[in-house]
Amino acid sequence: MTFTSTDLEVEGAAGGETVGEPAPASPPAQGRHLVHAFLRDRVAVACGVYILLVVLMALAAPLLVKISGYGPLEFDQSAVDPNLGGLPIGWGGGMGAEHWFGVEPGNGRDIFARIVYGARVSMTIALAATVLTSVLGVVFGLIAGYFGGRVDMVVSRVMEFLMAFPALIFMIAVLSALPADNRQFLLVVVISFFGWPYLARIVRGQTMSLKEREFVESARASGASSLQIIFKEILPNLASTIIVMTTLAVPGYVGTEAGLSFLGVGVVPPTPSWGQMIASSVPWYAVDPAYFLIPGAFLFMLVLSFTVLGDRVKKIAESGEGRA
Amino acid sequence: MSRFLLNRLLGMVVVLFGVCLFTFVIFFVLSPDPAVQICGKNCTPEAIDQIRENLGLDQPFWTQFWTFISGLFVGRTYGTGPNAIDCAAPCLGYSFQTSQPVTDMIMQRLPVSATIAIGAALLWLLSGVAGGLISAVREGRFADRFIAGLTLTGMSIPNYVLALSLQFVLVVTLGWLPFPQAVSFGNDPLQWFLNFLMPWIVLAIGAAAVYTRLTRANVIESLQENYVRTARAKGLSPGLVWRRHALRPALTPIVTIFGMDFANLLGGALITETVFGLNGVGKLAADSITKNDQPVIMAVTLLAAFLVVVGAMVVDLLYTAIDPRVRVGSAK
Repeated sequence: MTFTSTDLEVEGAAGGETVGEPAPASPPAQGRHLVHAFLRDRVAVACGVYILLVVLMALAAPLLVKISGYGPLEFDQSAVDPNLGGLPIGWGGGMGAEHWFGVEPGNGRDIFARIVYGARVSMTIALAATVLTSVLGVVFGLIAGYFGGRVDMVVSRVMEFLMAFPALIFMIAVLSALPADNRQFLLVVVISFFGWPYLARIVRGQTMSLKEREFVESARASGASSLQIIFKEILPNLASTIIVMTTLAVPGYVGTEAGLSFLGVGVVPPTPSWGQMIASSVPWYAVDPAYFLIPGAFLFMLVLSFTVLGDRVKKIAESGEGRA
Repeated sequence: MSRFLLNRLLGMVVVLFGVCLFTFVIFFVLSPDPAVQICGKNCTPEAIDQIRENLGLDQPFWTQFWTFISGLFVGRTYGTGPNAIDCAAPCLGYSFQTSQPVTDMIMQRLPVSATIAIGAALLWLLSGVAGGLISAVREGRFADRFIAGLTLTGMSIPNYVLALSLQFVLVVTLGWLPFPQAVSFGNDPLQWFLNFLMPWIVLAIGAAAVYTRLTRANVIESLQENYVRTARAKGLSPGLVWRRHALRPALTPIVTIFGMDFANLLGGALITETVFGLNGVGKLAADSITKNDQPVIMAVTLLAAFLVVVGAMVVDLLYTAIDPRVRVGSAK
């Protein structure tokens, strides 16, 4: 559920036994022109702005919390009513000038502060997983595609094996077996471990067709080493593919982190994460809906923004609108 | 064909063996000592040693792995003497926390999970293909844009957020649906339907969105093919062109991913069953995580992997039946 399927992946899966993806018919768009075409797209810009806001919120978390007056771990018993089993006092889960987004029922922790610090955790994990997955995916995809033969066979078998796993259940199993001391780091490792084959498969396919092109041949003829060819000739041509695949993968990682935290194998309390906030709101959903609605809305909007953005970037890259 | 089957079966056994080994290594190497857990508080080192010996935990890795694998086929016995516990084949392990064989625990909860999974699969298949077709027919118009918005929402909303929202609106505020419980179909078909409706929607939403997009893209693409133009030029009725030439090639890829997605349902069921408190295999896994009941987690993991591998194989076979070009033997 958490790995958003992309059309790029589906193409590969549909063929059953296909070897290598077909290369795009037109040369891919280059980065700078991509940005220009992107800025003309209003929906994409709106999504970008929301993501930027979340990132800024995450970066400025300590400052924002100073302004709002409550830290993410501070209990405020005066905001909850002990006679009602700890329900927040006031409308909307205790929203008001004192607590902007209300408080958690029971212990009265400030939800705004927890959202802000939760953004920190969610973004750090999602972005770190994205970087690690991309590096692994690109490197293994390039190696398998360029060298072919036995190297390709080994890498391909490993990829097939990893993709045959029920990733979510396996992540849960691995995370529940591991000690809980360094969960944020482990989350990144586990998500990337199961995530890289999806990118690597496509990079491999494109590398296989790129290495037959004339410019690679001429580079080889002029005495360039394999490493030089891979990184100077082939990699730049894969830029748009990598950008598209990576943008499309981010919402999956955000969702996976939240889902794992929701199930109790992700970020360990009291450190806040959006998924984990929603998990702890489950017993209260009927009497204090604001408690799940606020982190739920933030999470949904973030995943939606990344999804739409990925979609638009893909369309722009494919249509060649941004090409010089 | 038989050689192809044999190849696939062999590959499946290899992957399953790999999954078993991988899972076993994770739980063997990384997890805390189960003997300490079983012993509980007020435990002496001698007692721990005793338990370890009884359970064969003092054996080397390969011996334990072998005992586990053979337990799957011929069953095994935990401990010796009067306290020995029999675990009949297929023995997936024994949960010391609940004093039950894991196989029994899973079998008890399988019907609920199967109900949720099959209902959800039907729902997303039908709504996905229907939505995709409508979008393709009305390409670029309002219906298409509306469905595109819905699919983006469906792909992005985490299913537990959707579950809580639906439950809050439909059950708590409006009172239209009952709080989901595992009502049996035989007792009251209407109540059965109403109780399982929310779990089906929640589990189906993400896949429904993906299927809509895939169907739309495929149908639009196949309508542009030369053979469709030829069929039209021949004067074939539009309905026949659609059915015979546009839909069939467009829906073949759906078969492929359907098998994989269905096999992967157990992961989604974990969250859906937990949120709605339905006692299926997913809830069992989620509860076992909280209690750190490792034999159960391991068994569910293996079950999930088994489903995925079998699903992939069924898809391959179906694909061979639908599209003769992919037959492996003929490639050589």
